[in-house]
Amino acid sequence: MNELSLHMLDVAQNSLSAGAANVRLSVCDDAQGIRRLSVEDDGCGMSEEMLRRVCSPFATSRTTRRVGLGIPLLKMAAELTGGGLSIESRQGQGTSVEARFVLGHIDCPPLGDMGGTMQLLIQQRPDIHFVYRRSVPGGGFELDTDELKTQLEEVPLDHPDVLAFIRQFVNEQEKQLVEVHE
Amino acid sequence: MKSLAELKAIREKARDSVVMRKENPNNIRVVVGMATCGIAAGARPVLQAFVEEVARRGLDNVIVTQTGCIGLCRLEPIVEVYVPGQEKVTYVKMTAEKVAKVVANHLVNGVVVDEYAIGSAQ
Ligand SMILES: Nc1ncnc2c1ncn2[C@@H]1O[C@H](COP(=O)(O)OP(=O)(O)OP(=O)(O)O)[C@@H](O)[C@H]1O
Ligand SMILES: [Mg+2]
Repeated sequence: MNELSLHMLDVAQNSLSAGAANVRLSVCDDAQGIRRLSVEDDGCGMSEEMLRRVCSPFATSRTTRRVGLGIPLLKMAAELTGGGLSIESRQGQGTSVEARFVLGHIDCPPLGDMGGTMQLLIQQRPDIHFVYRRSVPGGGFELDTDELKTQLEEVPLDHPDVLAFIRQFVNEQEKQLVEVHE
Repeated sequence: MKSLAELKAIREKARDSVVMRKENPNNIRVVVGMATCGIAAGARPVLQAFVEEVARRGLDNVIVTQTGCIGLCRLEPIVEVYVPGQEKVTYVKMTAEKVAKVVANHLVNGVVVDEYAIGSAQ
């Protein structure tokens, strides 16, 4: 995968499969040049046994193929830059996945179309409460679907104009953030 | 620069045209595989193109949804089209560029785009 936002989309799909009602995504760059991607959910969580196995490409609860790829791919991508991955999970409570990328490393993929990722997550499950938080040293922004809902009143989140807005909003905020803080 | 204040304008504009999309058995369903295999092969721009093209044409009888792994990872991105009363059609190795043709020919005019469908597109 050549964009970090594609990993975010993929990891968040696990949260949707886990029956989460709240999914919090974040991309935070620190002053030391580490980019932390995280996806936290309040879904069904994993057993300790599953949690131990989840980083090997053979752990999956899916039935169409016997290997799960999402987490191992993200782990590999992060480690390739000198970063790493950690997962915390409690059965019945939720899961949080964090990947650390070293920004200056040549193998660090660009963030990419994070607006598209949020747009399609919300399109798929407008009933879930999503929060996307983005920060760099000295600035940041947030997209919170509860806040959007308040503004929209009876107009649904998956209205085409709203979905187009979400993608543009996130990508424009991202562009401005990078310009201002470079 | 987009700001949340713009949502008010969207709300005013959309308010009159908001028709609740009831679960209608006559709806056409477009299902895009969005497991890791699909996403890695380029499913996100394909799904995006369907969402945008269906909205642009105002096709309110078409529901675009996502699913997990369809089980044919090497043919991803995969899109299944369900037209009520007809057999499912599976499009494989889809790209955003191919979407407009599927929407125009299949979803609007009811003619399957054979060249992209499984069997001939492999
Ligand atoms: N957020 C989560 N909540 C609960 N279980 C999870 C979560 N994330 C991962 N898992 C468990 O770990 C397994 C492996 O996840 P992974 O993303 O690597 O593969 P997959 O989702 O099964 O398949 P793929 O990602 O290749 O489409 C999942 O099948 C699921 O059982
Ligand atoms: Mg997965």
